[in-house]
This record gives sequence, structure tokens and C-alpha cells, in this order.
Amino acid sequence: MKIAIFATCIVDAMYPKVALATVRILERLGHDVVFPAGQGCCSQMHVNSGYIDEALPVVRNHVEAFTAVDYDVAVAPSGSCVASLGHQQPMVARKCGDEGLARQAEEVAGRTYELSELLVDVLGVTDAEKQLGSYFPHRITYHPSCHGLRLLGLGDRPTTLLSSVEDLELVELPDAQECCGFGGTFSFKNPDVSGAMVDAKIKNIESTGTGLCAGGDSSCQLHMNGAARRRGSEVRTVHLAEILASTRANPLELDQIADLSIPRVHATITPSSAAGPGGAQAASSAGGAR
Amino acid sequence: MTVVDLGMPGTRIAYGSGNLYEETPFPEHARSELGNQQMRANIGHATHTIRAKRGRVVGELPDWQDLRDAGSAIKQEVGARLPELLEQFEANVTARGGIVHWARNAAEANRIVTDLVRAKGVDEIIKVKSMATQEIGLNEHLEGQGIKSHETDLAELIVQLGDDKPSHILVPAIHKNRDEIREIFSRRMPGTGKTLTNEPAVLAEAARTYLREKFLDTTVAVSGANFGIAESGTLTVVESEGNGRMCLTLPKTLITVMGIEKLLPRFADLEVFTQLLPRSSTGERMNPYTSMWTGVAEGDGPEEFHLVLLDNGRSAVLGDPDGRSALHCIRCSACLNVCPVYEHAGGHAYGSTYPGPIGAILSPQLTGVAAEQNNSLPYASSLCGRCYEVCPVKIDIPSILVHLRDEDVRTKHGERDDAAAQQRSTVSAAREAEAAATGAQPEPAEHPDRVKKSRVPSEMDVLMKGAGVVMSSGKRMALAEKALPLGRGALKPFGGAKWLPGMVGGWTQERDIPVPPSQSFRNWWRKHGEETEQRVARDLGSTALAPSGPGEAPSSSLAGHIEEHAGWGAEAQAVIRARAGQSSGGESTKSSDATSTGEEQA
Amino acid sequence: MSENVTRPTDREQDAKAAILSRIRYALRDEPAAPEVPRDYRRASSLDHAEVVDMLEDRLVDYKANVYRETGESLPQRVGQLLGEAVTIVPEGLDESWIPDSVRTVRDRGDDGGPLTARELDGLGAVVTSSTVSCAETGTIFLNSHPDEGRRALSLVPDHHVCVVPLDSVVELIPEAFERVSHDRPITMISGPSATSDIELERVEGVHGPRTLDVILLG
Repeated sequence: MKIAIFATCIVDAMYPKVALATVRILERLGHDVVFPAGQGCCSQMHVNSGYIDEALPVVRNHVEAFTAVDYDVAVAPSGSCVASLGHQQPMVARKCGDEGLARQAEEVAGRTYELSELLVDVLGVTDAEKQLGSYFPHRITYHPSCHGLRLLGLGDRPTTLLSSVEDLELVELPDAQECCGFGGTFSFKNPDVSGAMVDAKIKNIESTGTGLCAGGDSSCQLHMNGAARRRGSEVRTVHLAEILASTRANPLELDQIADLSIPRVHATITPSSAAGPGGAQAASSAGGAR
Repeated sequence: MTVVDLGMPGTRIAYGSGNLYEETPFPEHARSELGNQQMRANIGHATHTIRAKRGRVVGELPDWQDLRDAGSAIKQEVGARLPELLEQFEANVTARGGIVHWARNAAEANRIVTDLVRAKGVDEIIKVKSMATQEIGLNEHLEGQGIKSHETDLAELIVQLGDDKPSHILVPAIHKNRDEIREIFSRRMPGTGKTLTNEPAVLAEAARTYLREKFLDTTVAVSGANFGIAESGTLTVVESEGNGRMCLTLPKTLITVMGIEKLLPRFADLEVFTQLLPRSSTGERMNPYTSMWTGVAEGDGPEEFHLVLLDNGRSAVLGDPDGRSALHCIRCSACLNVCPVYEHAGGHAYGSTYPGPIGAILSPQLTGVAAEQNNSLPYASSLCGRCYEVCPVKIDIPSILVHLRDEDVRTKHGERDDAAAQQRSTVSAAREAEAAATGAQPEPAEHPDRVKKSRVPSEMDVLMKGAGVVMSSGKRMALAEKALPLGRGALKPFGGAKWLPGMVGGWTQERDIPVPPSQSFRNWWRKHGEETEQRVARDLGSTALAPSGPGEAPSSSLAGHIEEHAGWGAEAQAVIRARAGQSSGGESTKSSDATSTGEEQA
Repeated sequence: MSENVTRPTDREQDAKAAILSRIRYALRDEPAAPEVPRDYRRASSLDHAEVVDMLEDRLVDYKANVYRETGESLPQRVGQLLGEAVTIVPEGLDESWIPDSVRTVRDRGDDGGPLTARELDGLGAVVTSSTVSCAETGTIFLNSHPDEGRRALSLVPDHHVCVVPLDSVVELIPEAFERVSHDRPITMISGPSATSDIELERVEGVHGPRTLDVILLG
């Protein structure tokens, strides 16, 4: 299958390793990954801040970027950004009087999946150890971010995947369904309330005794992680994709989590025998390939 | 969309007055409230208690979503048919011996009630808890006119005796715990002394004794109404303690103040709302007492019944197609009880009579978004969506919040000058009316026609504009991301950043900024995108993977359809489904029940 | 109705016209009134015995006392519950329900008119019948019939003994609403008076009757 990755602006600029992890998971299943070069942002920051007119070019850019390239389905490592595509982009286009764009946005949203949704619903992955080789020998807890939880209805997809990772112990997070307090520009327009909310979230994570909280949205994690540091808490966050990408041969070490860069092993050009994109099919026994 | 008709705006759009305005912007008000640890502990305890109770009783009903759908549709019907339903309602109340009054705004309603009380020659009344009378500031007004109003609901009594302000729609004294209530009662309630303990049952008993004399002696009562039935003229008050029954039954004269949106078309519609309301508000299968009356009943209850129908900005809310569903609200307060912002900041931080998520939309809608006092309220939400998930009439609060933010930005950009002018003239007219009613000098108001022309872009404007330019082009994103190594170099020695200037300083008030990555994914991909084989080999070594079952025809993305029970923006989603003609996914709108969100497990 | 009734003024008539005009303007986009979907349960699928059991369970859950009696055993139970209490009995109540041992009064004061609120406050209890009861919510509906009396009777005395004939028990709220009339005042009662106003915890016993005895008669 040809899968377009929508990195999302925050992952692209701040958490490139999360996009890379997403790519690694899909490639080992034998799929071709393409990166539509024109992509920018889903427009959620503008919409949720009330700047609908300013959101329009951002929406148009996304729709054009994901219409210009040929692919079967698209994926993003973010519940919030994926939800925004179907939830907000058509609304923005309609408010600005562009019905054609609204329909195109609906079409793009209809084949763009959140990572756990793509893996479980489309690619039939439910056992991460056996089907992805995922290995992460640590105790973690999991925070389901609001938009994945309520707008997408991801349900237990992420935790099904996580709990099937080899040697991973998943501890339930108390009050998991409570918002972490990020809320986009809410985080700096109402810093005190946002701070009180993340206080509660960090305390709940600490109460699990794991110190490490997985999630599917890097924006929430930027907020939670930064707040934990400010409060002197040992709590750290890690993206679902990074855990699923971690294998016995190339494990994610705890001391790598703090560095947001692409791991050095992936950032140096290694000589290639012949294969271009998609050449991995030979190296994989995955049955998900077209 | 707020449309103002330039021809005769005065008669067409009028915003509300009374206790609907913030005095301090929400972020500042919240900051001071967050310092009140006792209040936060009290509210945290109470909201967690009620969430669990609500979850249990809602979970008992197999048809909860069907009831929500019915409740939402009935309220939509009320909005669409409001003129005819109001006329029908008035005719039926009148036919049964009631007297109907109409009040354009708070001052008019206050004057009507005052005149009615004066005509009875009394200077004391008893009151059933009512949001409408709270909104118009009836008690304060009556006090100024020498009429003492006794609140008879326990929580209202606590607030009144404590010279406090309500902080919750259902439980106005939610910010007080039993010890604080004991203190207030022993100080202000004659006859309570040292025997008074902090046991809720003992405190309730004290209130019973204190109020019993008032119930037996007072001849005029004022109430609100939960529902008014157009086809019969029947009014309904939903309560727990029996104070409502006392006020509605024993006095000779009953005056009910009701917002015009409280109508239901049919008597049978109560079968929906008497199920939705108690389970959503107190988390009970049914509240202890519900009273219904139609006009005056011979030999049973008040001999004289007055109904005051209140607009006070409701018609303005109705005029906004994207926001009018806020009028569906039945004041259950389920959204307050689940809202993390409310839980931490408390109800006082919202300033207005209506706190919490519903208040964050309803207050600015009633006063007009152009009211600067209330323009911070639509931002008082992280848009987590729990309010929509629990709303018994499916008010899409998150979407309306976003809509009001858009309206606020447009107002600030000068695209809503007519609405702003109308808002100002409403406020000054209300001040004059209030002054006329009380005989006081009106407070100086800004000239209604003076519209602020300062259009200097705000910090937020600059940020959004700049971000919009970058984020709407892959090329410009790539270019901007070239600065990442620079940021990384600058921040790495310090392990990140702890301070940012200006508005975004709100971020670093609470959080550190991490050291940025050395390059963006996009820029890395250009060089390494084709190294698939190496990546797979590095990750898997010689491990063989078990086959995964491919979706033959991929099911439609969840982004294309949103769960009805928890996903707000459901109407937009219905449009998406219809227009995109997507065949799959329709069945899944109810496939994932509320337990998947953890809501009903509480 | 008393003589000095305050009628709406001209100003208020203007207000009516203004408000209706505002509303019509607000609806200039002519939104459609949707068809109301009534897919919720409107008819019970349970046996009547199960419905009665459910009612008992729900009443007890909200701190009402529940007794099951037959026509024969009813008076004895009523007598035992009321004891020495001076009890008001609505005019239309079946007299055979009240044993001779009970000290009853009727709703007639010395002046021939109904008792005042203060006189009612001096009484110990009230016995009424009821119109319909909803099992699912544990709710009893009084509809101001002659055997239920005017609303004040079942409100002011601190002890309410309420007889619920078994054939008036239904499972669901919609079934209950079919059996009441808005022509007369309606009071829905679910347990003794209660409040959740202190820390959102339910406490029974405020202004309404603090003791609610329900006799299921059948």
C-alpha cells in the first residue's frame, strides 16, 4: 500500500523522531511511504484561536498537498491533527464560502488515519510484538489525549497495541480521560488554569510509579514534559510511535527519550545496495503489502 | 454569524443586561481564585462526587442517547417555532387565570416584579432558587426598593447569609464545605448556637427550622421555571428540598420569572426532560419533588399568578445560527461538573451568573461578544470536549466556543462595528432604565456610537498572521525549519528555555521549552527518505514478522465521521457523510458506547 | 381572585411586540423545526410483578419506607404507621383505609374554610392516595384528585403516608405521564425531601415531609 505521511507541524519541527518512528513501522510492514512535500499544518491552531480567515490558506495548502500526490491512505502520528481535518477544515472552507474546497477537505480527511487507527483498522495489526517486532522492556502508563478520545473515538486501539509490545508493562493512569491542560493557545492565554490542570495530570502519572507516560499527541507531550521539568518532576513522555518502532535490534533507550532529534544512526547516509523506496518489501515478511 | 441590520437595529437586536458581565478578565480572575486552596479542595471533592453519581444513573438507562437526541430536537423545534409557541403559551396561561407580563431586559423585569410586590402591600417575599432572577439581579434590586427577599433553597440561603456570590448553577454554595457552612449558620441564623455541628443533616435541619416561619407567614413568592408548556400553559419547577413546593403552594400570590427559551411545545415533552434533567444535574434517577401548575387552581395554591417572560438577550442569541443552540440549556450543570477548567478555577472566575462551559458561551452571547467584559470567556476552555459528551441536550459547546473566538477576533479587527455599537447602546439603555427604576443617577456610559477605531494589530494577530504564512507552504516551512540548528545551538548549553517574552511568556510561566532537534523531519527526509531497506534491516535484523491482516478495502478514517455521543461538531459530521457519500462508517456512530471514553466508568 | 390584581401595562404590551419582533428577526434564516425522534422507551417490556418490585427497590433506595398490603390488612398498617399523630385526611379518601384508632381531622377550619398553613403545620401526618407511580425512577405522581387533596396537605405535615394501588404502577416515565392531567396541579414525589447542597452529597429531610411511607396496595 502507498501511504502518505502527514507529519504535522509540531512533529515535523520539534519531534522529527516521531515521524521517523511512524515511517519505520510502516516500512517494516512492507508499505511505500511518501511525504507530500507541500504539507504544512492542519490549521487547528488558527481555528481554535478564532482566526478562521487566516486558517483558510493553511487548509487550502493541506488539501492541495494531499491531493497532488498519489497514495492509498494517509497517516499522522496525532489524534488531534487528524480530527481537525474532518472536524474543522470543511467548516473553515464553508465559513469562507469555498464549498469545493470543503468537499475536497472531506475527501482527504476520509482517508487520513491516526496511527493506531491505521494500524488496527486498516493494516490489521493487533499484536505489536509479533507483527511489528516491537520491544520496550519498561513500565509505562498511557494518557489518551482528548481529541483522539472524544473526536476520533480511538477507544482501546492505542492501549491494545501498547500492551502487546514485548516486555512492556502498561499501568493504568488514574483519571486518564481528564485533559492535560494543553489546549493549544489556551496554554499561554490561560497559563494558570492550564498549569493547574497539568499539575493534576503529573500527580496522576507519578502515582502510577512508572515515571514514563506514553501518548499519541506530541503537542500534549511538549506541554506535559515541559511542565514536569519546570516542577522538578521526574515524569517524562514518549510517543506511541517511538515505542512501537523500538525493536530488540534497535531499541529505544530511556536516555534517548529527552533528545528530540532524529537518532544519529538514522541521520547518517549509509551506502545502499540498490533499493529505493519500497525496496524493503523483500526484507519483510509482512502480509500487509499491496 | 451575527448580522446586524443597520436600518433599525434598536428594535431588532438587543443584548442582555444584569449580572452577566465579568469585571476582571477570566485569566486574571482565575489566577486569584486558584490561590484559594480551600475552595479548590471543596470544588474538587464535590465535582468528583457528582461525576461518579451521574455516571452511575446515566449508565442505568439503555436509551440515554435516544433521550438526548429527542431533547435536542425538541429544543431545536422550540427555537424554530418560538413566536407562535410564546403566543400559544401566553394564551393558555391567561385562559387559566394567570397574568402574563413581558420584559425586554433585566431592568424591566425587576420593575414589573417590584410593582407587583408593592401592589400587595408587603415588604418581604420568599424565593425559589432561579437562574433568571439571579441573572437580572432581582434580589439586589428589591433590596434597594426596601423589599427583603428570602432565598429558601439551602445553597442559596448559604450564599445569601454568607454575603457571598453563587459559584455553580445547581449548587451555588459548592465552593463552601460543611465547616464553613456551619460557621455561616451559627453566625447569621438566630437560634442556632453551639449545638450546631457540621453534619449535613444537622445543617439541613437548622435551615428547616429557620425557614418554616417564613413559609407560613409570607404571602408573596417569586420563582423561576424549568419548563413552560406551550400547548397547556403549564409551568414546572424541579427541586429537591420542598422549599419550592412551599413557595409555589402556600403564598397567596406567585410571581414566576421565566426566560422565553424555557418553553416546550407539548406536555408529553416533559417525559423526555424529566428524565434528562435530574440524572444530569444531581445524579439522581429523579429529584425528590417536581411541581406543575397551570394558571390558578381553585382552592389549591396561590389565588393570583403572574408570569414574567424575559428576553434580556435571548433573542440576540437566537439570531446567531451558529450559536443559537446555547438556548437549549436546561441549567443542569453537568458541563460544570466535568469541566477541568471549572474544577480548578471555580465558578466565581467566570464573573457572570452562568459559570462553567455553558457560561463561557452563554454569557458573551447574551451580552454580545463585543462586550469587552466578556471577551475573555470564550477562551476559558482547553476544548477537551467533556462538556459536549455529558450535555443532555447536546449543545455543541466546543464548536460554539470556537465560533465565538472567531467573532471576537472579527470584532477586534473592526468587522463587527455595528454589533459593537448595538452592544454599547443596549448597555447604556439598560443603565438608564435601571437608573429610572431606582431613581439613581445613571452611571456614565460610553457613547453608543463611538466605536473604537484603533486597529493596531495585536501580538496575537502578528503571531497568527506569521504562522499562517509559514504553515500554508511546505517550502516556507522547510525554510523556517533551517533555523532549528541555530535554536538548538543556543539552547543546548542551558538544557532548554525557561523564559519567553510577551504573550507567549504564558507558555514559559508553566513549562520549560526543550532543546530543539538538529533538523526537521522534512529536511531529513529529503536526504534519507529512500533508505527504507537500511532502516528495516537495522530495526529487524533477521527477525521475521508475523503477517498482519490487511484491510481489504480500508474502512473509512475516523476523521471522516465523529462519534455522536462524545464527538462534538456532529452536525458538521453529518454533512460530511451526506456530501462525501461515504458508504462505510455510518454504523459506527453508536458502536463505541460511552464506556470507551471512561465517562461511565467513573 | 382578589380585586387588586395588577394587570400588564401598555408598556408591557409594547415589550411583547418588541420581543416578538426581535425573535422573528432572529429567525429570518427560517430554520426548520426537526421531526422529534422518539426512539427512547415508551412502553414497558417487563411483567407487572417485576415492575412493582422495581418500584419498591427504587423507593427504598431513596429512603422511603415501603409496605405491601391488601385491602384487608391496609387499615391496620395505616393505624400502626400513624400511631398517635393527628392526621389530615383528604375529603375524597376511602374512609375504610383509616382505622378508628387514628386521630383524623378534615380540611375545614373554624370559619368553614380550608385549614391555614399554620394549622396544617400543627398536624402530625397526612394520608393520601396517588394517581400513578413510575418504577424506574421511584416516583409517585399526585394529581390533586379528591383522594389526594390540595397540594399543601401532602406538603406541610412532616409525615406522609401514601397509598399506591398496584394497578397504578408503571415502569417508565412516558407511561406515567400518560396517566396525569395538566388540568390540575401535579406533584411528583421521589422519596422524602432531600438536598445535595452540602458538598453534593444527598441528605434526606429538609422542608417537605421527612418521613415518606409508601403502602403498595393490591
